[in-house]
Amino acid sequence: MAVGEVMRMEIPAGGDMSVTSPELHVLAVDDSIVDRKVIERLLRISACKVTTVESGARALQYLGLDGDKGASGLKVNLIVTDYSMPGLTGYDLLKKIKESSVFREIPVVIMSSENILPRIEQCLREGAEDFLLKPVKLADVKRIKELIMRNEAEDCKTLSHSNKRKLSEYIDDASSPSSSSTHGDSSAKDFPSSKRMKSEDEKFSSLL
Amino acid sequence: MNTVVAKLQRQFQDYLVSLYQQGFLDNQFTELRKLQDEGTPDFVAEVVSLFFDDCSKLINSMSRSLERPENVDFKQVDSGVHQLKGSSSSVGARRVKNVCISFKECCDVQNREGCLRCLQQVDYEYKMLKTKLQDLFNLEQQIVQAGGAIPQVNIN
Repeated sequence: MAVGEVMRMEIPAGGDMSVTSPELHVLAVDDSIVDRKVIERLLRISACKVTTVESGARALQYLGLDGDKGASGLKVNLIVTDYSMPGLTGYDLLKKIKESSVFREIPVVIMSSENILPRIEQCLREGAEDFLLKPVKLADVKRIKELIMRNEAEDCKTLSHSNKRKLSEYIDDASSPSSSSTHGDSSAKDFPSSKRMKSEDEKFSSLL
Repeated sequence: MNTVVAKLQRQFQDYLVSLYQQGFLDNQFTELRKLQDEGTPDFVAEVVSLFFDDCSKLINSMSRSLERPENVDFKQVDSGVHQLKGSSSSVGARRVKNVCISFKECCDVQNREGCLRCLQQVDYEYKMLKTKLQDLFNLEQQIVQAGGAIPQVNIN
C-alpha cells in the first residue's frame, strides 16, 4: 500500500468496498508539550490526521463523552494516550472509552516511559490495543498504524457480509404486497436512502 | 563553492558525532532528525526549543519547592523530575536524562541537599546542551545558505 493510501473506513449504501481515502484520524493525548509535538509529527509523517490534546478531560470533551455535546467534527479512528497524566490517567481514559457504547470500538494505545509489566497487563486487560514504551519512534507508529488498518479492514469485511445479508432481507420485505413502495420492483435502487443503511451499520457495529 | 559546502558539511558531521560521543545526545535525537525534511526543516530546532522552555519552567518550580528546608514539597519535586526525565528522553538529551535519574533517587529518600545538587546539575546540563545545539543549528543554517544539503549522519 503506498504512503497516503488508506482503507475506506465507512460502508456506503451499496456495501461497496472500494479503496479510497480518508486517512486515519488520531487523537493524541499527552500532558507534555514536547511529547505532543513529537507524537504529532510521527503521526503526520505516517500519513495520519492528528488532533492533540493535553489531558484526559480534554480528550473526553473532544469526543463529547463528558456530558456536554461533542465538539469534534471528525470521526476518530485511533486514540493514543500517555499513561501518567495529572487528573485522569491514560488508564482512566481507556476505561471511560471502553465503557461508552458509542466509542468503545475506537482502538486505544497507551504510551508510557515506564516498563511496568502489571501496568501493561492491566491496560491490555481493559481493552487497550497496544502499549508503547517511550520515547516513541517512527517504527512504533508505523507498526500501530498497520495494526489498526488491518483490524479496520477485517471489520469492514465482516460488516460488508452482514450488509449483503440485510440487503437481501430488505429486498424480500420490500417485494411483499404490503410494501408501501410506489414502485413494483424491489431492486436496490429503490432503497429509501443511504440513511437507512447507515443506521443498520451503526446498530450492527454497536453489537460488535 | 563546492569546497565551502563540503567543508561546512564535514564540520557539521564531526560536531554532531562528537555530541553523541561525549554523551550529550543519544539515539532518540537521531530518531527526531529522521522526522525532519525539506518541508519541515526546523522541526528538531522547534522540539528542542520547547524542551529548553520546559526545563527552565520545571527547574524554577522545583527550586521554589526546595527553597525552605523545613517545608519541602517532595511530591511536587518528584512530579517535576518525572516530567523532565520524560521530555529529555523524548528529545535524546542524554546527560539531562541521567541527572534526572539521580535526582529521582534523592527525591525518593527526601534528601533535600541531594536534590539541590541535582537541580544545579540539571540546570547546568540543559544550558550546556542548549549552547551546543545552537552551534549545531548555526552550522546547519550555514550549509543551507551556501546551497548545500544537511548530511545524513550515521551514528554507530
